[in-house]
Amino acid sequence: MVSGASAGPDSVLEVLRGIPDPEVPALDIVELGIVRRVELTSDGAVTVEVTPTYSGCPAMSMIEQEIVAALRANGYDQVELRTVYSPAWTTDWLSDAARAKLKAYGIAPPGHTIAEQVLVPLISSVRHAACPYCGSANTERKSEFGSTACKAIHYCHHCRQPFEEFKAI
Amino acid sequence: MDVLFEYLLRLGDDRLVLGHRLSEWCGHGPVLEEDIALANVALDLIGQASRFLGLAGRVEGKGRDEDALAYFRDVIDYRNVKLVELPNGDFGRTIVRQFLFDAWSVLLLERLQQATHAELAGIAAKACKEARYHVRHSGEWVLRLGDGTEESHRRAQTALDELWPYTGEMLAADEVDRAAAGAVAPGVAALEPAWREVVSDVVRRATLTLPADGFMHSGGRQGRHTEHLGHLLDEMQILARSHPGATW
Repeated sequence: MVSGASAGPDSVLEVLRGIPDPEVPALDIVELGIVRRVELTSDGAVTVEVTPTYSGCPAMSMIEQEIVAALRANGYDQVELRTVYSPAWTTDWLSDAARAKLKAYGIAPPGHTIAEQVLVPLISSVRHAACPYCGSANTERKSEFGSTACKAIHYCHHCRQPFEEFKAI
Repeated sequence: MDVLFEYLLRLGDDRLVLGHRLSEWCGHGPVLEEDIALANVALDLIGQASRFLGLAGRVEGKGRDEDALAYFRDVIDYRNVKLVELPNGDFGRTIVRQFLFDAWSVLLLERLQQATHAELAGIAAKACKEARYHVRHSGEWVLRLGDGTEESHRRAQTALDELWPYTGEMLAADEVDRAAAGAVAPGVAALEPAWREVVSDVVRRATLTLPADGFMHSGGRQGRHTEHLGHLLDEMQILARSHPGATW
């Protein structure tokens, strides 16, 4: 598809929107906020700025390989990847549409980030995530650490179903 | 001596060594949730170490990347505090050590977000978000263990008493810390009052007793380590040293 290379940076973004996050495939890497910026020069060279969700995100190198492969397949042969750390990735970047996709996928969407004043709050003061299956707030956080760095484990006392929450960070 | 390089090595080595220690729990946690939690924290710490050491290598300018620094330095060149290289012991000891470190780390990273070096500030800002849930996790466990059963209380108190002499190294500001407080970021040298406030508050709520200050170990920052670091590095470095340059 040589035609892709002749269009603007929006067409590059369109290609990147076709890449699902390897660990949360309900979202693509653009709506997840991993892709921060795209540049396209007149001679067709592409620069993509990416930021990791977590410092030790093990999926990052796979995502970078997929970006290069997807762009090559669409006629962009000169691709440069740049990793940026600032501003730090936050779940506040997720749009309402992205949050709805998470919920439909069975993952409770993140609440808005709040700056806690106390470093070690009382355990009972933990916020209750709404169950993505039945909507009940009668839930309990079992662990802040789940199957991937970005998720916490909860349990719904109403529908008796364990579920994951996309952690607000 | 390049202060920034030396300071970045400390930041990287503390997290690399502690991350490796925590990874030893993978598959051995007392319950599945904690197995996953400790592995997750290990992953964060190793990720942070990779960022700090990568920057250290670029600051040094001799072509060493994060892997070269992690896998091809010997004990004497490691700059971590001794606290993080000590064996894990039981779950209580691992958690108490983690809390003592996390409480210090989050305070340090908060201040490092003000670093004059933009990339360092960016890495610190990201790591700080992770350190916040790390200290919440380890702090909550100190509360549970201290204020739990007679057995868990006893083990947590023993760990606190035994680890306390290793905390001085995090707080004692040497010439590198003082230089960093001028050249790298304000307020990174004197973290002791803030750290003591956080630690003593959690220790009190956990019904534990804060040990009295006495002899404090030192030397890790200068490369004089306990016997334990060599064994840890043997295991961590053997693959990279047996197959130099290997990738997968």
